[in-house]
Amino acid sequence: MTTVTLAAQGIDTGDTAWLLAATALVLLMTPGLALFYGGMVRTKSVLNMLMMSFVSIALVTVVWLAAGYSLAFGEDAAAGLIGGLDHLGMAGIGPDSVQGTVPTLLFATFQLTFAIITAALISGAIADRAKFGAWLVFVPVWALLVYVPVAHWTWGPGGWILDRLGALDFAGGLPVEITSGASGLALCLVLGPRLGFKKDAMRPHNLPMVMLGAGLLWFGWFGFNAGSALGANGLAAAAFLNTLAAGCTGLLGWLFVEQKRDGHPTTLGAASGAVAGLVAITPSCGSVSLLGALVIGLTAGVVCSYAVGWKFKLNYDDSLDVVGVHLVGGIIGTVLIGVFAAAEMTGGAEGLLYGGGLAQLGKQLVAVVAVGAYAFAVTYGIAKLLDKTLGLRASEEQEHTGLDLTVHAETAYDHGVLGHGAPVSSSVVPSAQKVKSQA
Amino acid sequence: MKLITAIVKPYRLDEVKSALQEVGVHGLTVTEASGYGRQRGHTEVYRGAEYQVDLVPKVRIEVVVEDADCDAVIDAIVKAAQTGKIGDGKVWALPVETVVRVRTGERGPDAL
Repeated sequence: MTTVTLAAQGIDTGDTAWLLAATALVLLMTPGLALFYGGMVRTKSVLNMLMMSFVSIALVTVVWLAAGYSLAFGEDAAAGLIGGLDHLGMAGIGPDSVQGTVPTLLFATFQLTFAIITAALISGAIADRAKFGAWLVFVPVWALLVYVPVAHWTWGPGGWILDRLGALDFAGGLPVEITSGASGLALCLVLGPRLGFKKDAMRPHNLPMVMLGAGLLWFGWFGFNAGSALGANGLAAAAFLNTLAAGCTGLLGWLFVEQKRDGHPTTLGAASGAVAGLVAITPSCGSVSLLGALVIGLTAGVVCSYAVGWKFKLNYDDSLDVVGVHLVGGIIGTVLIGVFAAAEMTGGAEGLLYGGGLAQLGKQLVAVVAVGAYAFAVTYGIAKLLDKTLGLRASEEQEHTGLDLTVHAETAYDHGVLGHGAPVSSSVVPSAQKVKSQA
Repeated sequence: MKLITAIVKPYRLDEVKSALQEVGVHGLTVTEASGYGRQRGHTEVYRGAEYQVDLVPKVRIEVVVEDADCDAVIDAIVKAAQTGKIGDGKVWALPVETVVRVRTGERGPDAL
């Protein structure tokens, strides 16, 4: 992503038209993620999974407009660590405000859609067992304390990672992928594993839904990556093609490992492989050549297909593999910029492969470690605090029966009274009657 | 009269149905079932994790027949369901005291 310049040029209609479309594409990724995750859980908590993504859209939007945008993209207030308070409530920004060649309101909305999906991504680590009320508090607090600072470090004016250190991150390996993955790890460690983890199979309940979600994610990812050029230009086109290429080699790499290791190429593997490739190309799509994109996607597909198995050995229930795909894939993509960065894309910086030596690789590593450690530590703190106060975990009975019926008073599917997590429940009827009698 | 219960592999159901028709059985009840036998299911690998699948999907076929037909019906079911591989299932028979056809109230073998 190009860094923020406050020098107001005129609005370019072509750039603005593309960024308007790209913003809508990125917003669509979150409902897509809801389906991707929703299909992976069991029938009894699929609605809860969808809800965690949908409420993220609402919660993060409110927080972003109130303070998030100003703190992330306002004038730097402290050594590249955080933005100022000048634009609280979007103060001072109107239809005439210009950011680069696009309206500032559009730039702020485009950035908002990134914050939304990053929060929603974390929900995959805590499927089937988190208290919904705690999630409603966690998301805005986390967005302000974790996403917003990291976004400022990376893309804010004078942020320490891009502007001062000189590391590269085109579309969000640091603020989106590594941040969501490290935060997911912290949250699932505090929350503890699902009942029956490592004992019950817990296979995905609806793989067509997973595939549909993966398709929507991939579609939206063109807005995410090519939109990050912040203009309708050759860099956007290169990022667009790199995004397609890395998704494809990620998919093929994951399926190859599955066929060799397990004997079956699965639909979940195809969807996950494509997403792993897309995750890894997110930071790098604007700085690597097509060859780099193909290799980065393939590396992510292969490595992440093994990484999703680590949770069983190390005993953390990252239910839908936010760590295995987003943290690991994000690290791969961000670090490999130091190998594959090509001057024709970056306009200067070169990776190891193109004679740039180890300098860029070192900067990428510093950024990865700092962001990963910060996101993990702060999220761990927020989670511990919520656990001690509100309580983070649903009751055992709710988890066993399913959060759909016990929290949302709905079930996704009508399987009859004896079917799949929708048991005969007398508790629903009296509470409905109570509401009536009070009305 | 005897109640014959057969637990068989789901994909043998059509064969068993045809075989039962051939030996003159007019009615049957089929339910989906799951269970395990001496092998206690099998292990599966999915997404890099290996786990035990102990409840294997089966179908349960129930027919009530006259005593004299019992052995022939059991033989027909076994022949149709057999693949020779593990997990082919079980067939057993129990005595039945009475049977009533709900529509007419007929009792005993007339109700079959």
